[in-house]
Amino acid sequence: MNSLLRTEQLVVGWQQPATRPLDLNVAAGEIVGLTGPNGVGKSTLLSAFAGRAKVFSGRIEQRPGLRLALQRQDVPPVVGMPLSGRELLALTGASAEGLPVWLAGRLDIRLDRLSGGQRHYLTLWAVLQAPADLVLLDEPTNNLDVAGVAHLTEHLRDRAAAGAGILVVSHDTAFVDAVCDRVIALKGHDVV
Amino acid sequence: MSSEIFLIPFLTGLVCAIVLPLLGCYLRLRDQWLAALAYAHVAAAGALLALLVGVPPVLGGLSMAALAGAGRRLFARRLSGGAGDALLLLGGWSGAVLLAANAPMAERLGHALFDGQLYFASSQELWPVAIGGAVALLALRALSSRLLLARVYPDLFRLRGLPAWPIQVGFDLMAALGLALATMSLGVMGAFALVFIPPWLAFRRAANWRSGLGWAVAISLVAYVSAFALALGLDQPFGPVLAVLLALAGLLVA
Repeated sequence: MNSLLRTEQLVVGWQQPATRPLDLNVAAGEIVGLTGPNGVGKSTLLSAFAGRAKVFSGRIEQRPGLRLALQRQDVPPVVGMPLSGRELLALTGASAEGLPVWLAGRLDIRLDRLSGGQRHYLTLWAVLQAPADLVLLDEPTNNLDVAGVAHLTEHLRDRAAAGAGILVVSHDTAFVDAVCDRVIALKGHDVV
Repeated sequence: MSSEIFLIPFLTGLVCAIVLPLLGCYLRLRDQWLAALAYAHVAAAGALLALLVGVPPVLGGLSMAALAGAGRRLFARRLSGGAGDALLLLGGWSGAVLLAANAPMAERLGHALFDGQLYFASSQELWPVAIGGAVALLALRALSSRLLLARVYPDLFRLRGLPAWPIQVGFDLMAALGLALATMSLGVMGAFALVFIPPWLAFRRAANWRSGLGWAVAISLVAYVSAFALALGLDQPFGPVLAVLLALAGLLVA
């Protein structure tokens, strides 16, 4: 298996440890889900993989030269800024090809003049389609309607089929079940 | 231009009217518009201090502004939420006013810096502004996409291993030096008005980033040319006339 990211007994946090020891492996072409209640450290784990949160014990191994992309829960600060969707995609190097029809025709509109769901999907797409081997997604279905979730599910499958590894943190059980090859549930302080 | 003696001041201000709103767009992008006002005041204090110790005021203004721009990052964590810029602004203002009040030779320059007497600009101001302006335009063109990426997707910026210093210290330094040069000609508030109001209006109306930059420069140029003619015709100091025209434009358009 072509492993992109592997952890051994990993404990991460900010000022203090926030997770229980975790063994995890994400391979190329695989979609792995990470679920669990609030406060269990799912987002902190993604931050640690991206080099922001602190590793207290255990270790993270990444394939040499691994290109990472991280989508955070908070929407990028684009309100009040004259930035169009097309310019946003150009910033991250993402292609507009494959965008849903309800967004493809709105690329030349300012991001802060789109609806919340449209803006969220476009800012998510800019990360999802950025050149990367491993994509880390934090609650990607927030603010998305049924059509958005369906399109995202289909697109994640295509992205994985093209060779990218994807690690998804989500509370949306139906979405996780539909899209993930494997799911790791962090329940309280026990990894299931 | 009816008289050649106004040509050099006009060209000096013209360069500022092109460069400052562009710089202002990126300062606004980074939520650093208050830093612009702080740099202008610190530059004024530096120019007055230099005059007192026998150094050319332009050098003093540039040096103090450069120190403020480069040093700003050192205190960013302790002085968050704009507190660092507010302290710089207060320090620069009080230093400049106290120097002007207590040293007769600094009083005249102090008035010029705060009134914005562009009509006294000579080739000594024009050349540094022209060269600095050209460098700033080239640097902004080169840094634009990275400044935007660092603001919109800071994680992606970091994960790509892009060097942070041109975006952090480099940009702060460029903004400080640009404001210092402009302050020497346009005055503290004239320079700040060109950095703040055209980008503010452009950000509200523009359809995208590129057109936002264009709108900011266009608004700035119209205001500048109008203020130049008006202040000359009415025999008024340039800085306040420019500031009041831009403020009125802001009230009408916003």
